[in-house]
Amino acid sequence: MKEASPAKAYVLHLGVIALLFALSFVLPEYHHGLLARIMVLAVFAMGYNMLFGYVGLLSLGHAMFFSAGLYGAGLAVIHLGWSVPAAFAAGLACGAVLALVIGVLALRTSGVAFMIVTMMFAQVFYLIILYFAAWTGGDQGLVVPQSARVLVLGDTSLGLTNPTVRYMSALVLFSIVLLVTLAVVRSRYGRVLVAIRENEERTKMLGYDTFSNRLAAVVVSGTICAASGAAYALLFGYVGSTFASVQYSILPLLWVLLGGAATTLGPLIGTLFMYYVVDVTSGYTSAYLLIVGIALILLVLFFPKGVLGTIRQRWLGWLP
Amino acid sequence: MMPLLTTKGLSRNFGGLRAVDGVDFALMPGEIRAVIGPNGAGKTTFVSLVSGRIQPSSGMIVFDGADITNLPAYARVRLGIAYTFQITSVFANLTAYDNVALPVQRTLTDGRSRGAVHAGVMAALERTGLADRAHMPAGQLSYGHQRLLEVAMGLALKPRLLILDEPTQGLADSEIDNFIELVREIAKTATVLLIEHNMPVVMQLADRITVFNAGKILAEGTPEQVRANTQVQDAYLGTTP
Repeated sequence: MKEASPAKAYVLHLGVIALLFALSFVLPEYHHGLLARIMVLAVFAMGYNMLFGYVGLLSLGHAMFFSAGLYGAGLAVIHLGWSVPAAFAAGLACGAVLALVIGVLALRTSGVAFMIVTMMFAQVFYLIILYFAAWTGGDQGLVVPQSARVLVLGDTSLGLTNPTVRYMSALVLFSIVLLVTLAVVRSRYGRVLVAIRENEERTKMLGYDTFSNRLAAVVVSGTICAASGAAYALLFGYVGSTFASVQYSILPLLWVLLGGAATTLGPLIGTLFMYYVVDVTSGYTSAYLLIVGIALILLVLFFPKGVLGTIRQRWLGWLP
Repeated sequence: MMPLLTTKGLSRNFGGLRAVDGVDFALMPGEIRAVIGPNGAGKTTFVSLVSGRIQPSSGMIVFDGADITNLPAYARVRLGIAYTFQITSVFANLTAYDNVALPVQRTLTDGRSRGAVHAGVMAALERTGLADRAHMPAGQLSYGHQRLLEVAMGLALKPRLLILDEPTQGLADSEIDNFIELVREIAKTATVLLIEHNMPVVMQLADRITVFNAGKILAEGTPEQVRANTQVQDAYLGTTP
């Protein structure tokens, strides 16, 4: 947050991106596919972190922004036959507009009321998806046909079902969002967001319109989550109402808390950790949730501010 | 000369209590005005109404010729009314630098240049003697330094009216002397409205004093006039039988 040399932070972030790029060539097929999925969902977590970590607003309805992107992109391909870039843009637009409307309404509240209001809106969104089953596929969901999941760039056409293309597309999206997040939190706007989190009353008395600043944060957060949802629909080809359920509002909160709220790389760490704990333990026992629970308790005990949050607090104060 | 700030019939009720009761007040540009009065006289409520932190029940506030009664607090800050809190409320987890950068970056119109923020922040920190503590988290500063940081944040807003709510509360005597110098320095470029309990500070600094009692203005005048006023003495020492 200081206006000091940002070099260290940028080197670290570019290093993480380079590492993920290199992993694409060495990982076995199964983990390759899993990591692509994790990167897309880490974008969801980063969007959530923007609002929860930096502005201090705990939303329990972010599944609606993810699924706005998911359905916005998916339905545009399935029903309207739009190309991949157009469908992705449609997903983003759906998320941004929804976030603006929800933001204007929900930001009239704060604290517990904000959690309840966002959760209720997300439930309404979920029920709307089920109600219009003729278009959305209801609780069955829809499969985006493979033939439509082709990205045409000039003369070359890239099939998004190809594992390498899929991995690289996920990496590009992840990298862009990671660097945008880093730039935002290091910017003056980021400083204002943190100030609002720390003491809203004081921030107002420094001449900041805290409502507008928060609303902008909701829209940025919602749009990032929608980008994740749109990418999910296009890369993995499935659009389903599960993604709009409460579970998918809780998951990003969990990922962010595990990795470290208000850290730029925390969402990736948290998502990665959760996925692999579930993946590894479910290979040994059907009672894997028990082990996941124990792992979470240990984390809370020894890393109360999440993995990166605690590392920053104890050792690396410069971590963004 | 036109007053910088005037209030007309300004009132605020909290339930049945009239915390501020029909106050007509005028403040001339360049003045250092002290507001004094017993506890519960309505001083803090009055300046909170002026700064927009709370809304009046009735009455009107005019700043620099414009009616600001219905403006939200942040918009009043942008017009040049800065308020420093009675209870220190710096951002404890941010560095002193970031605390001051928040008001500085808001007042900049060119928007982008990092150098301008840095220069503005360091200027405000140097004026308050905090420059060598710029990168300490504000929560780790001593209480006196936190009070000064609060003033530095107010200064960084480049206010036309700076409202100081009990700024010397909790300061050591040596710190108070420096503080008086600082307020004199500030008053060269801004009008100062000061709520203060420490009478030596008030007597040294104020051009004029307004005395509040039970939500109303009891007396107003130069320090000498107020000191000689028997009503004021009664309000502070109890009514003579």
